[in-house]
Amino acid sequence: MGEEANTITHNTIYIDGQPVTFEAGQTIMDAAFSAGVYIPHLCHRPGLTPHGSCKLCVVDIGSRGVSFHNSDRRVQTKFSVDIDGRSVSACTTPAVAGQQISNNTPALNEVRKTITQMLFIEGNHICPSCEKSGDCTLQAMAYHLGMLDGHFPQFFPRREVDASHPTVMLDRDRCILCELCVRASREVDGKNVFAIAGRGITAHLIVNSSSGKLVDSDLETNDMAAHICPVGAILIKEHGYEVPIGRRTFDLHQVGEIGLEKVILANGHGKYATPDDETRHARFPVPNPLPQAGEGANESLREFHVNVRHTDE
Amino acid sequence: MSKIRIATTSLAGCFGCHMSFLDMDERLVALLEHVELNRSPLTDIKHCGPCDIGLVEGGLCNTDNVHVLREFRDNCKILIAVGACAINGGVPAMRNHFTLRECLEEAFLNGVGVENPQIPNDVELPLLLDKVRPLHELVHVDYYLPGCPPSADEFLSVLGDLLEGREPALPKKLLHYD
Amino acid sequence: MSSLNRTVTAEQINAVIADAYSQSNHLLHILYALQQQFLHISHEAVCKIASHLGLPISQVESVVEFYSFFYGTPRGSYNILLSNCTSCGYKAGGENLLHMLCHHLRVVAGKTRADGLVSVDETSCIGMCDHGAAMLVNGTPIPRLDAGKIMRIADLVETETPLANWPAEWFRIDDNIRNSSLLLKNDFAAGDGMRAMLARNIDGTLAEITQSELRGRGGAGFSTGMKWKFCREAQGAAHYVVCNADEGEPGTFKDRILLHSHADAVFEGMTVCAFVIGAEQGFLYLRGEYRYLLPQLQAVLAHRRELGLLGSSILGQPGFNFDIEIVVGAGAYICGEESALIESLEGKRGVPRNRPPFPVTHGYLGQPTVVNNVETFAAAAHIALRGSTWFRAVGTEKSAGSKILSVSGDCAAPGIYEYPFGVSIQQVLDDCGAKDVQAVQVGGPSGTLINPVKFNRKLGFEDLPTGGSFMVFGQGRDLLAIIVNFAHFFAHESCGFCTPCRVGTTLLKNGLDKIASGHGTPYDLDEMKRTGALVKRRSHCGLGQTAANPILDGLQRFPQIFEQRLAHRNFEPNFNLDEALEEARLITLRDDAEAHLEQEL
Repeated sequence: MGEEANTITHNTIYIDGQPVTFEAGQTIMDAAFSAGVYIPHLCHRPGLTPHGSCKLCVVDIGSRGVSFHNSDRRVQTKFSVDIDGRSVSACTTPAVAGQQISNNTPALNEVRKTITQMLFIEGNHICPSCEKSGDCTLQAMAYHLGMLDGHFPQFFPRREVDASHPTVMLDRDRCILCELCVRASREVDGKNVFAIAGRGITAHLIVNSSSGKLVDSDLETNDMAAHICPVGAILIKEHGYEVPIGRRTFDLHQVGEIGLEKVILANGHGKYATPDDETRHARFPVPNPLPQAGEGANESLREFHVNVRHTDE
Repeated sequence: MSKIRIATTSLAGCFGCHMSFLDMDERLVALLEHVELNRSPLTDIKHCGPCDIGLVEGGLCNTDNVHVLREFRDNCKILIAVGACAINGGVPAMRNHFTLRECLEEAFLNGVGVENPQIPNDVELPLLLDKVRPLHELVHVDYYLPGCPPSADEFLSVLGDLLEGREPALPKKLLHYD
Repeated sequence: MSSLNRTVTAEQINAVIADAYSQSNHLLHILYALQQQFLHISHEAVCKIASHLGLPISQVESVVEFYSFFYGTPRGSYNILLSNCTSCGYKAGGENLLHMLCHHLRVVAGKTRADGLVSVDETSCIGMCDHGAAMLVNGTPIPRLDAGKIMRIADLVETETPLANWPAEWFRIDDNIRNSSLLLKNDFAAGDGMRAMLARNIDGTLAEITQSELRGRGGAGFSTGMKWKFCREAQGAAHYVVCNADEGEPGTFKDRILLHSHADAVFEGMTVCAFVIGAEQGFLYLRGEYRYLLPQLQAVLAHRRELGLLGSSILGQPGFNFDIEIVVGAGAYICGEESALIESLEGKRGVPRNRPPFPVTHGYLGQPTVVNNVETFAAAAHIALRGSTWFRAVGTEKSAGSKILSVSGDCAAPGIYEYPFGVSIQQVLDDCGAKDVQAVQVGGPSGTLINPVKFNRKLGFEDLPTGGSFMVFGQGRDLLAIIVNFAHFFAHESCGFCTPCRVGTTLLKNGLDKIASGHGTPYDLDEMKRTGALVKRRSHCGLGQTAANPILDGLQRFPQIFEQRLAHRNFEPNFNLDEALEEARLITLRDDAEAHLEQEL
């Protein structure tokens, strides 16, 4: 066995069978990111401490790997038995040589769709009334996963809106508890503007100030925490409709495109991508021609009914 | 040969989905060679007869919505929730932030420009539900057509699939919630 | 209510904070002192604590809102919490004692009475399952409740009789030890285990623990010797020992007995661990429901310090310094999860951490930490004294030693049963006098629901691992109601960190309520299976991963209890239509036929 082969074994994981190299200390998400492999995620942002709460990045690890890099090899080896063959969050789980990871499979994407539906129905996500529509990562994730409806009964929680701050708006109806703002404020802005309080389904975002209001917090317009919200919970006031619906980030891009973070960040600072003809037309394509009369359309529809009823049982 | 029979209605909605349906423009002519409209604001037929497809726009905000949706479910082989309001309550569901009493008092007692303030209670009026709800919380819904409104192309895509006897599969490029 | 608010001055708040701080700087303890004094923790108090401790206001606020025993608005001078457990809960005797008490006191559950005298609410299992229905009055447990006692309690509250003057007999709590094996049968004198340990030295002691094949008694069963070894070898500025006495699994009360009557063995086990891993600081994290044990536990610690078993140069060994602090929780089942417990120890919300890294390398304050169950430490102390051979002499191949079971529910003699591992369910049922058993819940709601054809299954890591909860359900019980109870429990106790558990436990709760109320359809059953499977497989921690167990077990082993409750229709609305009109009827004063809706046509 040559040295080359060893190298591959020692720093390679396999995502849907594709070899992906990693460096010591990288998570599965990091490694996938570097290799241009998309693993869906909402609460993760490179540069911030991985969180592992949204569970969009769940992957299945199919076979045990042995760490050659971890300094505490014994611990790693022992505990990897625990996570062997199990569901893990890609953003928090260390890459370990030899891992066989399922990611982009119909079954996992179905799980992710259900989790996205959970996020939609636990809050009040009224896309038509939200100025983040088109720039919203939750919405884009739902598009990516082909979500047509919320599936579950809506919770319709009553949550507080905080419009006290002169330049930043906080609408908790849309909060998905990803804690990106919490971490951005703490880790990048050097402040502690946001936190999660309460527990279970009543968990909610709170503001660190004597009044509990944004206006009395340290939050400033240029803070990362004011811009990082993946949904429309934290918005910069008076800029909501500068880019019209139909020309926003996810009207022009798929959430799964690698390097999109840069686009989002650019958009967040007022530099907007312009649509090219191809993507603009993607939204309004020429429709499928309808079947012509006499082609037995009605018969096939009835057949369809029978099939639907049949598969239902 | 007989045409596919379609009924449409708008519950707690704005008729925007219906307007978008009409945005098919000249393609409506081709469609109408295959379908006929039963109960619909477009025909002014007041009650649903047996239909192949029911297109329901809007959510449920009052007793009338409940009765109409049940009539559609009873008469339509395939029921499609059309648009954001039918799917998750949409903009009308934003009243769910408040109690019904708060809403009615603001609208009929304390609001700006209210004259002769009183909350309507005529028995002819449909009574309001405490919350606006999506269709699938009352009846089984077969398919969903998201968008506010769904584009004419979306309507055509789903109806085209059904007319062809296929399981409707909305192309991702047509999928949007706004 | 608000009168209380007005009378509290900033000086009073500061005084309580200063006094509490002088005894302990732990956030939970300071919050407890304020809650006791002012019956709630106002936002003003939150700001003052934050400034006193140098913490963000939001951190203090988030902690207040996380734990069940802290309140943002004033509770009554008598704050009464009835357990809602299926064994020690307010419905355990057949009658609804919560309704009864609320009726007598003219109070709505969950809301403080207008005069501020009393508040009544329910709480998760308080660990009195061998004592019948039980409550906490201002934190003090009163078990053996019945209708008569509820009436007398209402009278004592109305006459504002101080708790100290309530019948002393009411507060008596027994050990109820019915069957003893290794830990409960053998005497343990303080210091004996440690002297044996010193004779063996560190390596010898660790070898003894490892060779004993002792595994964690919380239920997960990780090798104790290996855990201590990893922690000992992990690099860190300090090492810590933590005893997990947050026994919150409904139906479990064994730690209550160990802490009440065998505290020396528990503390000694912690000290043995400290010796092995090189820790100087230990914590006993005591669940808030067991706060009544605190004075006695403090006395045991003081006594051990007098004996030279804690403190500096323990037993004359230079450099062997170790002491134990007790931190009391405040009503959060999730803190029984070891990393959530560590977060709570650090004065935060009890949210489980991402693992790896594991506590053995990155635990309390990011330092190597051993977290073990109360029973595990007690066993370790006995092993230090009597050796691994003695321990391994009982049990099975993969489950050495004994297990203490908390037996409750429909049996003649609920209580504590210690058996060598490998005992069958049937044996336990015979011993506790259980007849006509419909089902047994082994390991609590997060464990396994067993039907009679499997009563030959054996307790042990090979077959049925358990933290010790053993709940017996007779033929007369509504098993679906039990499963509904468990679903409510998990929805209430989910920490809310990850999506599958936060949303999923509530979906499961709502779906089961629909089925239990006779409005479920086969579609709803399928939804329970699908959602349950997702919550089980995709949740962040053990809580979510086990929350669906009672439902999935029930659907698999007792399908008839669900099916017989189904409505025979294809679809049932997800809300009560006529109730949804009630508010409008009240506002419009309408009650005509058109002002009502039928649930189904």
